[in-house]
Amino acid sequence: MKWRTLLGWEVTLIVLVFAALFGGALLSPAFLTASNLTFLTANFSEVALIALSMTLIIIVAEIDLSVASTLGLSSAVLGALFAAGWPIPLAIVAALAVGALAGLFNGLLITRLGLPSLAVTIGTLALYRGLAYVVLGDKAIADFPAFYTNLGFGTLPGTPIPIPIALFFVLAVITVVVLHATAFGRSLYAIGANPVAARFAGLRVERVKLSLFVLSGLMSALAGVVYTFRFASARADNAVGLELGVIAAVLLGGVSIFGGKGSVVGAVAAVFLIGIINGALTIVDVSNEVLTVVTGLLLIGSVLVPNLLGHFRTYRERRRAKGDRVIQ
Amino acid sequence: MTGKIAQTQTSAPNLLTRLLRAREVSLMALLLFVTLGTAAINPLFLSFTSLKDLFLNVAIIALVVVGQTIVLLMKHVDLSVSSVVGLSAFLTGSLFVAFPGLPVPLALLFGLGLGAVLGSVNGLLVAYGKVPALVATLGTLYVFRGIDYAVVHGGQINASNLPPSFLGFATGNLLGVPNLVLLVIVVMLGFGIYLGSYRGGREYYAVGSNSEAAVLAGISVTRRTLTGFALSGAIAGLAGVLYLARYGTVDANAGSGLELQVIAAAVVGGVSINGGVGSLLGAGLGALLLGVMSSALVTLRAPGFYQQAIQGALLLAAISVDMLVSRRSAKQNAKGRQS
Repeated sequence: MKWRTLLGWEVTLIVLVFAALFGGALLSPAFLTASNLTFLTANFSEVALIALSMTLIIIVAEIDLSVASTLGLSSAVLGALFAAGWPIPLAIVAALAVGALAGLFNGLLITRLGLPSLAVTIGTLALYRGLAYVVLGDKAIADFPAFYTNLGFGTLPGTPIPIPIALFFVLAVITVVVLHATAFGRSLYAIGANPVAARFAGLRVERVKLSLFVLSGLMSALAGVVYTFRFASARADNAVGLELGVIAAVLLGGVSIFGGKGSVVGAVAAVFLIGIINGALTIVDVSNEVLTVVTGLLLIGSVLVPNLLGHFRTYRERRRAKGDRVIQ
Repeated sequence: MTGKIAQTQTSAPNLLTRLLRAREVSLMALLLFVTLGTAAINPLFLSFTSLKDLFLNVAIIALVVVGQTIVLLMKHVDLSVSSVVGLSAFLTGSLFVAFPGLPVPLALLFGLGLGAVLGSVNGLLVAYGKVPALVATLGTLYVFRGIDYAVVHGGQINASNLPPSFLGFATGNLLGVPNLVLLVIVVMLGFGIYLGSYRGGREYYAVGSNSEAAVLAGISVTRRTLTGFALSGAIAGLAGVLYLARYGTVDANAGSGLELQVIAAAVVGGVSINGGVGSLLGAGLGALLLGVMSSALVTLRAPGFYQQAIQGALLLAAISVDMLVSRRSAKQNAKGRQS
């Protein structure tokens, strides 16, 4: 039953994605062109990348609000090291390592000290953004070699698929396999649904959570590298406020904020849905305001509508049961 | 039964130990330490104007924290406050453009009413729609901000659009205390007494510590949830009017990002995000502490780019120490009860 309703939501989302594509095509003939779709999907590559790790974190009933700040910090590190004359591959590795360290710090505070993740990551949201300013100040590093910026906004040779989105698809497939087909993945649901029972069942709850926060930091740093090359600009204030967008997409994807429920497919479909609606409205010059409202309504509706339907069903059944009794 | 209650009362710690253990006392001590430490290095920190600026800067956050605390006590959260502040600030400004003679109290009432309506939307979603508060208010954060964008449409309210009586209300003062600060103190005191000593107020604690027990005790949890969110919205709406009065200039982005600052202040002030624990005095002190820390950094001439990082580190330290201390005292309490 639970699986059926869950699958139902994912199918609904995928149908909505195609409806949005169709709607976009009706709005403008330019919408379904390869170049527009490339531009449009590249636009949400950072949100998509971070959404993968955020899905896992929310499934174990935690949250990471520091992702956008980690993105900014890794972008600043990348830019500062490049400006200092480091070879770019080495600077990328350093930026990723900084992200993993940031995630490790979150994870240690949460699992070793037992602090709530919401409180810890509100703190590190401020701290990591501040460190980004310490590293780079208000400078913008922009003169990256064309080879690397091409990784950011170029496409796979011979296809219209943006390179960051191709990278995202590879990682998404890995995440799906790990989450749904390995013991580790299944254990995340157990931990999210009931951490006490999971601990009694022999799962190393703290270690699993720690590894997920490291992963979250690493993915945010990867998104930071992508962001830097896509805009050809390393800045401390890159992607301010992105965290709420990522969380909105994951929750719209049917992942429960209370943990234990949800799937990568749903989250990915939701990222695409929001991105495509965004793109479709932009191409016909509908301003940001409508998109903001649409995102909010979709998010609320995704939980409210199934709740109301369930309520209506039980109400009808109860009335029918009552009616039967009266006839007897 | 009555004997048992009497026994726990006699074995309860006396007033002095309770006072020493209270979160508010440690916060106050920290506040004094930061304030006096900064003043020792730069005496100007305690000058009248700089204290006035400090309180004015903290006032709006402290006001929104009141509503957020009520919601947090019920184990919910209200992320939409920043959008309510923004929308209320702009619509109140537009009202002044349309009716330049509008009396100030009417503007405050308008903000309150608008906020209450927006907050009730959250309340209905959470109480009756059974949408988790984080999802519902993240959704309305977007919806209310979107409405704000649509209404503002690239425009802006400037101080020149506002009557002098309204702007004077923000800068005016009574016996040297700015009106804005006075108003916030009155609201804090009122709600502090209500939450501490009245049945309705205590019910918010009951709902947050154990909602099933609250239902058994005859509390209407849905109604409390609805009124709690309506109050949070109303207070945020009022804060929007004050935001307009304080800054004079308001565009579509007014107030954005405020929600995390407000939650941070409440959490530093000892309001638990797990519901049922916390006081308005603590939450207010939390807001004040964050405000004092950031202005102390400016006063001490911390290098510009280090300020945000230091602030983040201090915030994190405050959260960690606070949680650890409270956990330790909870453990001690439990041990005391067992023996």
